[in-house]
Amino acid sequence: MRYLTPRKSAEGLGAARTGTHDHWFMTVTAVSLVFLVPCFVFVLGTAIGRPQAEVVLLFSRPFPAIVTALVAVVGMLHFARGAKTMIEDYTGGITRELAVIAANGVAYVIMFTVLYALGKMVFLGTLIEAMK
Amino acid sequence: MAEPKRVERPLSPFMIGPYYRPQMTSISSIMTRITGNALIVTALLTAWWLLAAATSPGYFDFVNAIVTSWFGALVYTLSAWAVWYHLLAGLRHLYFDAGKGLEIETAEKLGWACFIGATVLTIITIILV
Repeated sequence: MRYLTPRKSAEGLGAARTGTHDHWFMTVTAVSLVFLVPCFVFVLGTAIGRPQAEVVLLFSRPFPAIVTALVAVVGMLHFARGAKTMIEDYTGGITRELAVIAANGVAYVIMFTVLYALGKMVFLGTLIEAMK
Repeated sequence: MAEPKRVERPLSPFMIGPYYRPQMTSISSIMTRITGNALIVTALLTAWWLLAAATSPGYFDFVNAIVTSWFGALVYTLSAWAVWYHLLAGLRHLYFDAGKGLEIETAEKLGWACFIGATVLTIITIILV
């Protein structure tokens, strides 16, 4: 027999007061992305198809680098929550838990891969500029 | 002391198809979810390409060949449509959240606006890029 009151065992499981958390988080990130995504589409559209040296120099400039970093961070957080909401709508139990964990994993791996690549390109771009 | 009962909680049923006939409001809503989640493929491909650009000429050539192939062009064209659709539908969502545009006629028009707007923006993107 567990000496927990029903109230105690229900605490921290969500719903009360945190029920609108996901919705508000998606609203906040969505509004940011409305401005960021068109900028990023422009940056990526300009970058794709160019030789590597030009791509590195492009992403080492402040505007492309910052826009790409912001899209990676805000976009992937937006994805992780949105995917979680979808998973919660269609699955339950252990499937739901594993799927939410996987979606989070994918989101953070992409986010940090982009940040690493950007950091390195900024560094390489600075070196190339310095050697000119 | 009552032992809390562990119950298998039911999921709400998927409505489009068996319960509701497909219509503009429901289809434009589910498309938001489909486009949003499908864009993870674009994110993966783009992150891979950026990583390759930061790694070495050989690796960049390999990934860049995929990105600039017909397959890459197809993925990025569909992605452009998905991103514009998701953006417009997201704006519609914010408008709905404000309690506006919920009359059936307006909601249906806004659904058409998402589909047509996304297509127009995709064509503009292809022309400009």
